Amino acid sequence: MTPRVLRRLKCSVALGVIAAQIGLAVAPAAAFCGFYVAKADSKLFNKSSKVVLAWDDGKTAVTMVNDYEGDPKEFAVVVPVPTFIERKQIGIVDMKTVDHLDAFTAPRLVEYFDDDPCRSRAFDMTSVRGVGAPQPAPPMANQKAVRYAGVTVEATYDVAEYDISILSAEQSDGLVNWLTDNGYRIPDGAEAVLASYIKQKMHFFVAKVNLERMELQGSKFLRPLQVRYETKKFMLPLRLGTVNANGPQDLIVLALTRKGRVETANYRTVKLPSDLEVPLYVKEEFPSFYKALFQRAVEREDMHAVFLEYAWDMGWCDPCAAEPLKNKELVELGARWIGSDDDQPFQPSGGSNAYVTRLHVRYDAAHFPEDLAFQETRDRANFQGRYILRHPYEGSANCSAGDSYLASLPARYESEAQTLAQLTGWNPTGIRARMEQTGQSFKPQENQGIGPWIRRNIFRN
Amino acid sequence: MAHSGSVHAVALPERYPIAQRVAALPWRAWLSDARHFQIAALATLLCVNMSWLDFGAKPLPSLLAIASTLGAQITCSQLWRLPRIDLRSPLITGFSLSLLLRTDDPALMAVAGVIAIVAKFAIRIDGKHLWNPAAIAIVTLLFTTDQAWISPGQWGASVWFAALLAFLAILVLHASRRTDIALFFLGGHAGLLVARALWLGDPLAIPLHQLESGALLLFAFFMISDPRTAPDSRLGRLVFALAVALLAYWLAFFQQLRPALPVALVAVSLFTPILDRLLPAERFQWSKPSLKGAAS
Repeated sequence: MTPRVLRRLKCSVALGVIAAQIGLAVAPAAAFCGFYVAKADSKLFNKSSKVVLAWDDGKTAVTMVNDYEGDPKEFAVVVPVPTFIERKQIGIVDMKTVDHLDAFTAPRLVEYFDDDPCRSRAFDMTSVRGVGAPQPAPPMANQKAVRYAGVTVEATYDVAEYDISILSAEQSDGLVNWLTDNGYRIPDGAEAVLASYIKQKMHFFVAKVNLERMELQGSKFLRPLQVRYETKKFMLPLRLGTVNANGPQDLIVLALTRKGRVETANYRTVKLPSDLEVPLYVKEEFPSFYKALFQRAVEREDMHAVFLEYAWDMGWCDPCAAEPLKNKELVELGARWIGSDDDQPFQPSGGSNAYVTRLHVRYDAAHFPEDLAFQETRDRANFQGRYILRHPYEGSANCSAGDSYLASLPARYESEAQTLAQLTGWNPTGIRARMEQTGQSFKPQENQGIGPWIRRNIFRN
Repeated sequence: MAHSGSVHAVALPERYPIAQRVAALPWRAWLSDARHFQIAALATLLCVNMSWLDFGAKPLPSLLAIASTLGAQITCSQLWRLPRIDLRSPLITGFSLSLLLRTDDPALMAVAGVIAIVAKFAIRIDGKHLWNPAAIAIVTLLFTTDQAWISPGQWGASVWFAALLAFLAILVLHASRRTDIALFFLGGHAGLLVARALWLGDPLAIPLHQLESGALLLFAFFMISDPRTAPDSRLGRLVFALAVALLAYWLAFFQQLRPALPVALVAVSLFTPILDRLLPAERFQWSKPSLKGAAS
């Protein structure tokens, strides 16, 4: 919020309204770093992907969230990884933990209520500071050999509901044959991309669902898979995911780092418009508002940018859109450097810093030909996607300041309408009509009665 | 950046007041000096950054970088008793630092400016400074503090393309033979990226996208092409440019080093004196000495 607004407002309630899945439901999507493939020809796609990427100077943990909604037996994923992966480097993460970080970092709507204008002339800045103050985190032998030429199944693991294989390959056609014969349906065009990864000495992490184990464990849905490894390559492979894509896809990267904000080194990273006052009715339509806003931002950057939605020290939040994460949750998500995995909310102390960056990208092969390459900056400045509802004072405001206050409201509403139109591309006339319906009238407002009339017309300054 | 002022061979019969030594050049001389156009191009980029398309430069750090390079140039010119104080080269260095270097502490930008200029005056071999000032300042900060980084990918295609055209125009209009090194380097760098894509079987969109980096342009047109630090002979410059391109490629793709270009330049610059001895040629100077007794 700008200092100007801060000076004029007193916040009595700061309400975080979470748009955890916003923007996600916009476009059908395949998958971020691999592609989902089916055993049969059934249609498979995800609406979007989410990745938690914990990075500490090469120690990497990638948690992949599948919001796959098809039949589990048809789920499969192929992800290029930079090194061989041992069993102990693979884990399952509780979906709730990822959802928690998602909610914690999601773009938010905040509400402020105007003060009584008759009493706010000698406005006390300290009260504002109290409002905005940081909250500490509370509490077939030969034939096969030919057909699978160059493919080595380096290991196979049973991990919870998943059957996982780690492959290395020398030739992409052998790899494609192996994947196809093992029930992974490989889209046309993937072979060239696989060949590129093979030459870059990447390994392949491939996973399918084991229905028996899934049943035994009583899992109803597929839990996020986590892979941990050490690499200099701070990147996410996108390219396989664009091969069979049906239009642009959305990816949200939640990066946990020690030192500071993460940005893409090979694409523009752009902050989303934030800290703007919007009409009150947006409260009822926040998801569609945010989707439209994101779409506009993508269009403005000609779909060539990655968007920053949140960048903040994990030790505090303001306003908090969700309860701060606990140490054990951060460790579960891969931030093992923080030193503690207890049940306490994370607090930075002696070198155990944690910083979260939320990046949102809408991508396709034409606009994002290359995988995302990241770099960790030392920038620890705070940023959040935040949109402000500012409720007018509803008392009598019967004083000369109240007269000016009431007179200023239509212009303020107009400014909110224009902001909303600009952010979302919605029709300004429709916005104004909706505002009228929801109590934000553009008609001139004034105190009624003879007293106020005399004050306005005879005793005005 | 880097185009340093003349610093060597100075024995002044008397000290001149600073005001007299900041030489006023005739209009034609202004037009014939590429640095004026470079300053205009970099200033425009900085304005674009501040007003329209943010690629990360902030007002205070930029101001500190520019003020510190200018201040350091004036101070060092006094200490080294130069007949003229030339503020054009430090201004280019200041702009380049503003556009490239990012820190979480603005004071470090001032430190970078001082490192750049002091290194230019103090670290000299055969009367020629060894490192491009901005490159050595960036690399020093990257490796000695934990608070600096460069953001290579933030320009976006339109600004990148406009900048490329502007820089090429300056290069062509002021066809100094020395600036061939920018083209040698860009050719080598692009060649390696395209060769990599062909080897991997990747679409050409990938190397083209990789070339679309603002940092690459500043590097090619202002750092490696600094005529005051580049090797004297054309063959020397070709060898130098290709060596930088190769080392940068190795650093970027095998070591995953994001600021590969300035690091490669600083490393290869160590061999410039050897190249100059093996392949001797006339030394570059920006302009003829304007005061009697002051060389180059």
